[in-house]
Amino acid sequence: MGRGKDMNAVRKLSIPEIELMSPGHVACQGCGATLAFRYALKALGRKTIVIIPACCWSVIDGPFPHSSAGVPLFHTAFETAASTTSGVKAALEVKGNSDVSALAWAGDGGTMDIGIQALSGAVERGDDIIYVCYDNEAYMNTGIQRSSSTPHGAWTTTTPAKNFKKGPKKNMVEIMLAHKIPYTATANIAFPEDFIAKLQKARAIKGPKFIQILSPCPVGWKFPSHLTIKVAKLAFETCIYPVYEVENSRYTIKRPNTKKPVKLYLEQQGRFRHLTDSTIDEIQENVDREWEILLNRESASHVEAAKA
Amino acid sequence: MKKVITGNHTVSFGVKSARVEVIAAYPITPQTEVVEKLSEMVADGELKARFIKVESEHSAMAACIGASATGARAFTATSSQGLALMHEMLHWATGARVPVVMANINRSLGPPWNIWSEQTDSLSQRDTGWLQFYCENNQEILDTIIQAFKICEKVSLPGMVVLDAFYHSHTAEPVDIPDQKLVDRFLPPYNPEYKLDINDPHTFGGLTGPEYYYELRYKIQKAMVESVDIIKSVGKEYGNMTGRNYGLIEEYKTTGAKQLLVASGAMAETAKDAIDILRKKNKKVGLLRVRAFRPFPKEDLKKAMSKAEVVGVIDRNISLGNEGIFFQEIKSALYNEKRRPAIYGFIAGLGGRDVLEDEIVRIAEDISKRSFKKEITWVGAKI
Repeated sequence: MGRGKDMNAVRKLSIPEIELMSPGHVACQGCGATLAFRYALKALGRKTIVIIPACCWSVIDGPFPHSSAGVPLFHTAFETAASTTSGVKAALEVKGNSDVSALAWAGDGGTMDIGIQALSGAVERGDDIIYVCYDNEAYMNTGIQRSSSTPHGAWTTTTPAKNFKKGPKKNMVEIMLAHKIPYTATANIAFPEDFIAKLQKARAIKGPKFIQILSPCPVGWKFPSHLTIKVAKLAFETCIYPVYEVENSRYTIKRPNTKKPVKLYLEQQGRFRHLTDSTIDEIQENVDREWEILLNRESASHVEAAKA
Repeated sequence: MKKVITGNHTVSFGVKSARVEVIAAYPITPQTEVVEKLSEMVADGELKARFIKVESEHSAMAACIGASATGARAFTATSSQGLALMHEMLHWATGARVPVVMANINRSLGPPWNIWSEQTDSLSQRDTGWLQFYCENNQEILDTIIQAFKICEKVSLPGMVVLDAFYHSHTAEPVDIPDQKLVDRFLPPYNPEYKLDINDPHTFGGLTGPEYYYELRYKIQKAMVESVDIIKSVGKEYGNMTGRNYGLIEEYKTTGAKQLLVASGAMAETAKDAIDILRKKNKKVGLLRVRAFRPFPKEDLKKAMSKAEVVGVIDRNISLGNEGIFFQEIKSALYNEKRRPAIYGFIAGLGGRDVLEDEIVRIAEDISKRSFKKEITWVGAKI
């Protein structure tokens, strides 16, 4: 099997020159979510309206009267990213501006916890919106409390090292797939071209689109701020955070050249410092199992697609 | 065009007349017929709107806010628990200065489950910065829906048109629907100065420190105060068009009245019958019907009560631990007046208990007695 040949080959795009986000934002040093937003605007361009619920980006954009987003931006309440975006899109449609994208830009708490109902509603209705969850795996804006996206083994301020987060993080992509969403994907800030290509593909598809992008947080994950890209890359290379897309039920996985041990990813981050070898082994087993499941889903989906 | 329609369908026809562009709503008894009718109107192409069938009232309000912020005329309808669930977003609509209009069908809050009329649901939202209009009959519901869009769009604030469960929602009455051409002239398309526009990008609602937030609140309050005159001028303009004039309060047979009753909503119509009975007995009693609760019509009420000796306020609601909410507000409005009437509060009809004209006659007779001293009376309660 030519591992990931087609996927890795096609994605060689240059990054669009357009720079809609200005540098005066107030993000922490090394913030992955800030890179993610910059790339998202490059991908979608000026014909975009952004809706942001409570999350790090409520602050990052800058305090009134300043804003670092070069497109219209509407701040909304925590659990309403999807529903507010549906309203924006409905207004655009009724006014004959359907070519303008409505982008919900939310953190993992706003997506997987408090906002999941509104998101499920919007996706089930088939609303023509793009929803991006920048996933930093905890409530970082309020000071690193666990969310349902926090991975097994992680320290947060509400899951102290003595009683670290137990159980897997919520698999939002599979939840989206249960809705028969036309397009969903994961992405990683270490691979901007892949993320940009996914957003551009999403924009061209009518209906709901969900993309979850891993956005490492130096403050919450406890690593030096110059290592954001390295940590993000390791998440990909160890397969703890697979990068893949599912278009009309067909999976396409971006594969690392060599699957590295998950220990290399965990040891970069203070949030996993307390882990014993046995827990690390357990995490490795989970990663291996989930990776196999994903590969199997991919091949099964290709068989199904071939039949169709 | 005259139609015999329920209060719920009246709301739908009002929304159609106002050429609403985005509707987002979730079903709740007794509001369901509003959204059913609107669904038909949109499906038949009679109303060119997008109807988002959301998964909750919270999302309904969020979607309306998003649509309105993008420059579309937006509407929702709810009741009771649904309105309570929206609470967070009611504040959001105000802060975002979006003129969303909603119909709320007054229904009591559970538990225990009760689907009948009570005003506590909407009055609990009094501090959210929504204009609130309490309607007396179906005609007024239609007229107020149309006017609410005009008023709210002028002051950039959201507004709630309130009707009573069943007394209005499921009761058919003849309603005159003004000619669409007239309504279009009265209510031109919504075209806000600021909106989410890719050709003029701005950020709305970003982090705002103490340095600016305070003044933003002042501006909302100022808009509320200014809405008093706007409600009057819009009510007058509507009157010129239809012959039906509206203000913040209505005075019924108050000439020479020493005693005044105060009521709102459907109960005010029963109270008018009671006043007729009393006037026939040569009792000098009149009725003040409060139509606008927010902005609160302080000046109009003070003026209307300036010659009264005694006032009885009937509340189909209660602020538990204190008293009826209209009663509180009216007392507060009168406090600095040099000459104040004696004022008594009556709780009545909670959970949809019928309030009969005899009971209202008795209230008027009770407060006319010099010996009457009871500040709060629970009318007809089995206690």
